[in-house]
Parts: sequence; C-alpha cells; structure tokens
Amino acid sequence: MSKPKKKRKTLAQKNAIAGYLFILPFIIGFLAFLAYPLIESLQMSFCKVTVEVGGFNKEFIGLANFKKAFTVDPEFTRLLTESLSSMAYRVPATLIFSFFVALLLNQDFKGRGFVRAIFFLPVILSSGVIVGLEYNNTLLQGMEDVVQESGGNSSITATLQAILDTGGVGSKFFGYVFDILDSVYDVAIASGIQIIIFLSGLQTISSSMYEAAKIEGCTAWESFWKITFPMVSSLILVNIVYSIIDFLIRTDNEVMEKINDTMMPMMDYGFSSAMAWSYFVIVMAVVGVISLIVSKKVYYYE
Amino acid sequence: MSRAKSIEREKFWERNRKSGGYLLKKSVGNSLYKIARAILLFGLCFLIIQPLLNKVSISFMAEKDLYDATVISVPRNFTTTNYSLANELLEYWKCLRNTVLMALVVSLVQVAACTLVGYGFARYKFPFKNFWFACVILSIVIPPQTISSSLWLHFRFFDVFGIFKAITGDSINLQASVAPYLMMCMGCMGLKSGLYIYLIRQFFRGIPKELEEAAYVDGCGKVKTFLRIMLPDAKPILTSCFLFAYVWQWTDSYYAKLFLGNIKLLPKALIGLTGRLSDYWVKIYGTGAMPSAGYEQAMIATGLLMTIIPLLIIYLVAQKGFVESLSQSGIKM
Repeated sequence: MSKPKKKRKTLAQKNAIAGYLFILPFIIGFLAFLAYPLIESLQMSFCKVTVEVGGFNKEFIGLANFKKAFTVDPEFTRLLTESLSSMAYRVPATLIFSFFVALLLNQDFKGRGFVRAIFFLPVILSSGVIVGLEYNNTLLQGMEDVVQESGGNSSITATLQAILDTGGVGSKFFGYVFDILDSVYDVAIASGIQIIIFLSGLQTISSSMYEAAKIEGCTAWESFWKITFPMVSSLILVNIVYSIIDFLIRTDNEVMEKINDTMMPMMDYGFSSAMAWSYFVIVMAVVGVISLIVSKKVYYYE
Repeated sequence: MSRAKSIEREKFWERNRKSGGYLLKKSVGNSLYKIARAILLFGLCFLIIQPLLNKVSISFMAEKDLYDATVISVPRNFTTTNYSLANELLEYWKCLRNTVLMALVVSLVQVAACTLVGYGFARYKFPFKNFWFACVILSIVIPPQTISSSLWLHFRFFDVFGIFKAITGDSINLQASVAPYLMMCMGCMGLKSGLYIYLIRQFFRGIPKELEEAAYVDGCGKVKTFLRIMLPDAKPILTSCFLFAYVWQWTDSYYAKLFLGNIKLLPKALIGLTGRLSDYWVKIYGTGAMPSAGYEQAMIATGLLMTIIPLLIIYLVAQKGFVESLSQSGIKM
C-alpha cells in the first residue's frame, strides 16, 4: 500500500501470507528437525555408520541392516510380535475402560471433582521416567513373591483363581479373565488422556436431546446407543489412534528400548535406524488400516 | 422438620400407589445404582492411588521392616533416614532447581510456538494447509526414536550449510548445552508439541468468526487481533497445555538423556539412583558390600516420591486448569 507502483494484494493473498507467517515456526522446525533427520535416518538404515573425528561416515551396504533385524537378530521379531499382540487387547480394553469411566464421571454426584482429580492423576503418573521405573521392577516382583510365599498370604485374584481352579470349571477361560483383571491397573494408568477426551465430547452433547428422547419414551439404554454413542463416535476414532500410538511409542515399550540400546551404548546407528524405520512403517500401517476401517463407521454431527 | 418429612413420606406412598408401584421401584433402583456406582468408583480410585500410598509407606520403613512379613503397610520402625539419604544421593535441591527452571523455560517456549502455529492453522486459509496439517499429525505419530540417531549426530556435529566449518574449520558440538532442545521447542518439535498444536487449533476453531471480523472492522490489525482478542479468550486451553507441557517435561527422561547430557535433572538422577546407592554402600561398608534388593526398591520409591511431590502439589492447586478447562473447551473433531 505504501508503494503505489506495487500491485496491491488481494485479501486472500494477504491472509495466506499471514497464515504462513503464523505457522512458520512449525515449518522450519518440521523441515530441520523432523523431515531432514527422517530422510537421513532412512539413508542410514541402508548404511554402515561410523563416527570419526569431526563427523561421521556412511558406507552403503544395501538391505543388510534390515536383513539383520528380521532374520539374524534373536530379539527384534519376537519383541515386535509381542508388543503388537499385547496392543491388540490393550487398546480395546483402554477404550472401553475410558469410555465407561467418562460416562460415570459425566454424571452428577457428590465429590465428583475429587474423583475426577484421582482419575486424571495417571496423566502425571504414567509419564516419562516414572513408567520406566514402575515397570522395570522384575527384581521387586521377585522379592514380593518371596515375601508372599514366606508370609503365606497371596493376592486376592490368585486365591480366587486357586479356588476356581480346584472347582474344575473352565480353568482356561478363567485364566484369560484373570489376565485381564490383573492388568486393570495398567489399563487404568494408560487411560488418563482418553478419559479427558471422551468427557469433553460427552459435555458437548446438549441435554435437550436426551430430554426429547425421554419424552418420546426412550429408555436410558436406548438413548445411550442412539444418542451418546453416535455423538462421540468421532472421538472414539481419535482415541483409538491416540491409544495405539501411545502404546507403541511410549518409552517403556520393549521395541523402543531395544532401538535405544542399540543406538546409545552400542553406537550401531545404521542397525538402530533400520529397526526404527521398520517399526515406524509397521506403526503407520496399523494406525492407517484401523483408522480407515473405523472412520467408515463414524458419524459426524453438523 | 419431622412433620414435613412425614408429610413427604405420606405423599410418596400416595404417589406410589397412584403410579401402581412404579415410583417405589424406580427410587429403589436409583439408590441401588448410586450405591453400586459409589463402590465401583471407590474401588477404581483405590486401584489408581494404591501404588502411591504403598510407596509412601515403604519410604518410611527401616530396612528390616521391608523383610518382615508381618509389616504390611504401617512401618514398625518409623524412620526418615530414607529421605535424607535420597536427598544426598540425588543432590535433590540442586536437581530440583534445575528441573523447575528447565521445565518452565521449555514449556513456555513450547506453548508459545504452538499457540502461534495452532492459531495460524485455525484462522487462516492458505495454500497447502492440509498438507502442513498432515505434517503436524505426522510429527505426533513418528516415534522420536526413528529420528533420534540422526538428530543426535546432527547436534553433535552442528553446522548450518557448512558456514561454521568454513569459518572456524570445525563444526560445533552442541551436545552439551540446552541450545538444541530449545531450538527444537521453538520449531514445535519438542516433547508432544504436535498434540498441543492440535488442541490449540481445535480451540481457536471454536471461537466465532464474528469476533474477529468485528475487530478488523474496528481497525485492528492481524497481530493486534491475535494478541488482544484471541489470546485472552484462549487462556483456559493455554493453561491446560502449559500445565501438561510442564508436567511431561518434568518427568521426561528421554529427551533429557538425549540432549541435556550434563545438566543435572531429577528424572536422570532418579535413573542413576541405584548405581549411586551401591557406590555409597561400598564407601560406607567397604568393597563388596551391596545394598539389598529390597532396600534399593525402597530408595527408588523414596526418590520417586520426592520427584513427583512437587508435581502433585501443582496438580492439586491447579487441578481445574488441568482438566476442567480442557474438558469444557470441548474438543471437537
């Protein structure tokens, strides 16, 4: 505007420039700290990387790193299948649990704020170093077993299981049930954010909808499936994706630990990049397939 | 009072009779449901809190209590030596100061950058917007480990287009400073930055367009609109994001190990705690002496408590900021 010779920009163009200025930090950060390292680590995964004075050297060796990961390395494929299969039951469990808890916490009762505070506590408790310390306690586990044997008392589930087993009714089925029960704590700890997301979705549903349904003679059960469920279905998709990523990427995931260990103390950058990339591709594939399937069924209000 | 009650009760039975027993059935069912819900909620709350309480009780136990099967949760030999020892081994106050400062700076930078970006995504139309937003999602999905090896080497031999090498003849080692991590946070690539961008964008999208238009009509520029109109509105979501960033940064050990090698932070000290404990044991009891596994765990529990107690206090004070604002802002997809 100040220079009359220059052609004046349209509003859309101005907006576009402003928009780009706003997201500029992200673009720079993305290119410098994500896209570039990502491509470089892809490159590394095909190379043998050696650190030298004043830099590092890459030597192309083709698919050898990937071959090593999938055929030679004794742990990688085992850890991979293990973490994928535990994801298969942990993610649905987390979803159901968090949805259920969100429904409960959305109701009115005394002390709701307090109960909510406790349920969101895992957001703090299941982050970073705390998780690592909580779960790497094989030692503690062993010690507890010893103490329990000598003390003669055992956990409630174990006792129950023993009683039911001697009853001789479908012990295998009970085995599954107790497996799930034993991991309730893990599920509860992992579902803090998901509860918040579901709760925020539940609060956006207007109560007039329920009232209308009630007047029309809808039972609570029906209005749950006909109103609540469709209205939060888009959040179910979000939560599925979040839970999968959270489960597969968290620092105490065994595959992640393996990748880290290969990189930091052993300095085998090529091999760790190869593992990280194959893991990344698998994670993306899982997330992509599941979100494709679920997004077909999602109902969008508005 | 009692009379009013009795009248009410009478009314209740009468109403019940009129409804053909439906009212009684319903109110009994309701109160049964309430009891069941209370039991369930209590159980679940206990489940979540129990490990914490357990740690509290362990942290006050003397070593022989740990192996005494008759001592379950109340320590027989109450002691606070665990805390003083952990304090010494962790260099607690020094670490605490560093961690407080570090988490504060990092999360402020992170939230500031993410706010700008989130606002840009929510309020402006520009070419390739969807592409860039897909990149945000990508930055959430990519495991940091995929790029960490490359990043690490990158910062170890830091250089911008070979400029530094041309001037000084060598690349710079940024590995031992805060600079790389702060740079990453400014570029929205810190711990979970993608998530904050996403949340902030969702919030700004919910603000009515008229507000902005009114500001423009009244002669507000783009920057001024952002600072004066939009930011004050976004306070709840920004506090939420800041608190999350703060807490997660506090407990993070991954980035701390990767980039902040020589700065003493609590999570890192916590990881090294058992090692220091056995060093200490050797120093006190001579070579070959080892702390017992149980005592190591008690020390870890104590250290862990000392690490998260400040966080718990923040959480209790700012509980509303954590949760209510986030859930009331209504994240829509």
